[in-house]
Amino acid sequence: MSKAAEGAAPMVRARNVHKSFGPNEVLKGIDLDVAPGEVVVVLGPSGSGKSTFLRCINHLESIQRGFIEVDGEQIGYALRGNRLNRLSDHAIAVQRRKIGMVFQQFNLYPHMTALENVVEAPIGVHGQPRGEAQAYAMELLARVGLAEKANAYPRQLSGGQQQRVAIARALAIRPKLMLFDEPTSALDPELVGEVLSVMRDLARQGLTMIVVTHEIGFAREAADRVVFMDGGVVVEQGPPQAVLGNPQHPRTRLFLSRFIEKV
Amino acid sequence: MAAASVEIGSGEAALRDVANAHQPPAWGRWLLWAFVLAVAANFAWIAAHNPHFGWPIVGQWFTEASILRGLGVTLGLTVVAMTLGTALGLVLAIARMSKDRLFGSLSGLFIWFFRGTPLLVQLIFWYNLSTLFPEIVLKIPFGPVLASWNTNDLITPMTAAIAGLSLNEAAYMAEIIRGGLLSVDKGQVEATDAFGMTRARALRRVIIPQAMRSIVPPTGNQLISMIKATSLVSVIAMADLLYSVQNVYNRTFEVIPMLMVAVIWYLIITSILNVVQGFIERYYARGERGTGGADKAPVRVEEPA
Repeated sequence: MSKAAEGAAPMVRARNVHKSFGPNEVLKGIDLDVAPGEVVVVLGPSGSGKSTFLRCINHLESIQRGFIEVDGEQIGYALRGNRLNRLSDHAIAVQRRKIGMVFQQFNLYPHMTALENVVEAPIGVHGQPRGEAQAYAMELLARVGLAEKANAYPRQLSGGQQQRVAIARALAIRPKLMLFDEPTSALDPELVGEVLSVMRDLARQGLTMIVVTHEIGFAREAADRVVFMDGGVVVEQGPPQAVLGNPQHPRTRLFLSRFIEKV
Repeated sequence: MAAASVEIGSGEAALRDVANAHQPPAWGRWLLWAFVLAVAANFAWIAAHNPHFGWPIVGQWFTEASILRGLGVTLGLTVVAMTLGTALGLVLAIARMSKDRLFGSLSGLFIWFFRGTPLLVQLIFWYNLSTLFPEIVLKIPFGPVLASWNTNDLITPMTAAIAGLSLNEAAYMAEIIRGGLLSVDKGQVEATDAFGMTRARALRRVIIPQAMRSIVPPTGNQLISMIKATSLVSVIAMADLLYSVQNVYNRTFEVIPMLMVAVIWYLIITSILNVVQGFIERYYARGERGTGGADKAPVRVEEPA
């Protein structure tokens, strides 16, 4: 937690988070704190629940037990006296407005150009004036190296370019927290690098990030903390050198050894 | 592999260059074209020379005032019924897809009833509404009356036609629009959720524009059916194009020529609509094809299984 101010209120606080899809329990009690400015990389085999946990943080999935707080506000619920009330769809939408999200499948709006994709939420959701939103959007597109593609439609861009536009789109709302859901898993191998390098820059600039990925290299370089999940629980966590260099738990060791064999 | 390694002389290489290739003439296709054109020309000649079609009478009545008035009624009725039907259909589609059980079932019930009964019967029902309900009353259930009207004053052929056509159309449009909304990738809905968009804005800005690609073609179909369905209102004495034509041949007994007048007008309208539909489809296909503005070959991203 080098960059994170010690003792500051956490940006994300998750306690005893449980989530089931029907009879299938995917999350079995997750506890996790993320400090402001911290970069947390979540690793784990497929089906470990890491993507589901990420989607619970902005309430794309609801949880069945425990609670999640972002920036001091409980997500999806509000305490009224001693009663915990479920929030309305609109109130949940408002809570999500400070959380940026990048999807595995990019999910850019295909009928809008790159620039229109980036300014959509700032103008339509945050009520920014068009000129201001466009100027900031161009700045962000330049930051992800795509200023000259501002007027291209998503279909005219490579996967790596689309994902960089998607990152610019998420940054445009000036999020307090960024969630990355396997941002490079749908990319051709030669396009992974350009996306990771943008993400590394963001990590250096002190953005609070939670990244679910299979990119061990990115975890080693950019993470303040690596969280290893398996079977719906956090198996092991700590600084990248410790978790990746000297894993304590046999399941972490097994996962990492398989990964190193593959590379 | 042996063939590939054979040395080809420069003369042969030039001969084999596909850039110099010719298309051998397709005699069979030419013959087929000639035959089809001959049949078509012959058919046109027969139709033109058959006195029973009464082409001079067609020409004489084609732009006659009562016919044009009927045409105006047909077009007006189509536009009004289609507009109301589409607007109500959109509401029904959204209601049917909502998580709310009440809205979902009400919408389902509406669609079930109006798709399940013949349009002609619905029109006659609306026209004869006064025999069922002589008075239409606005009141709080089991409470005081707020306002009341005499049904016969409300239901003219015009209002009966508009009510019948647009409620029927709404049921069909609801299903077309629902299909379009369902065709939009779930990831798009998720993206609008993650950005905290309200449901209404997500529909308007992201979901409906993408759904339009699959909504427009069947809607064009509906519009063309609607133009012809308006001819059903002639049974409730609404003076549309068909009714005006019938009015004439009931007097003159020139049934075929007068029907040809109507047929030609219907064909002209539908042809114009086909062209307009083409433009609308191209508009909603933007972002779908073409490489303008990108210096790199477009890369299609494959969805993982």
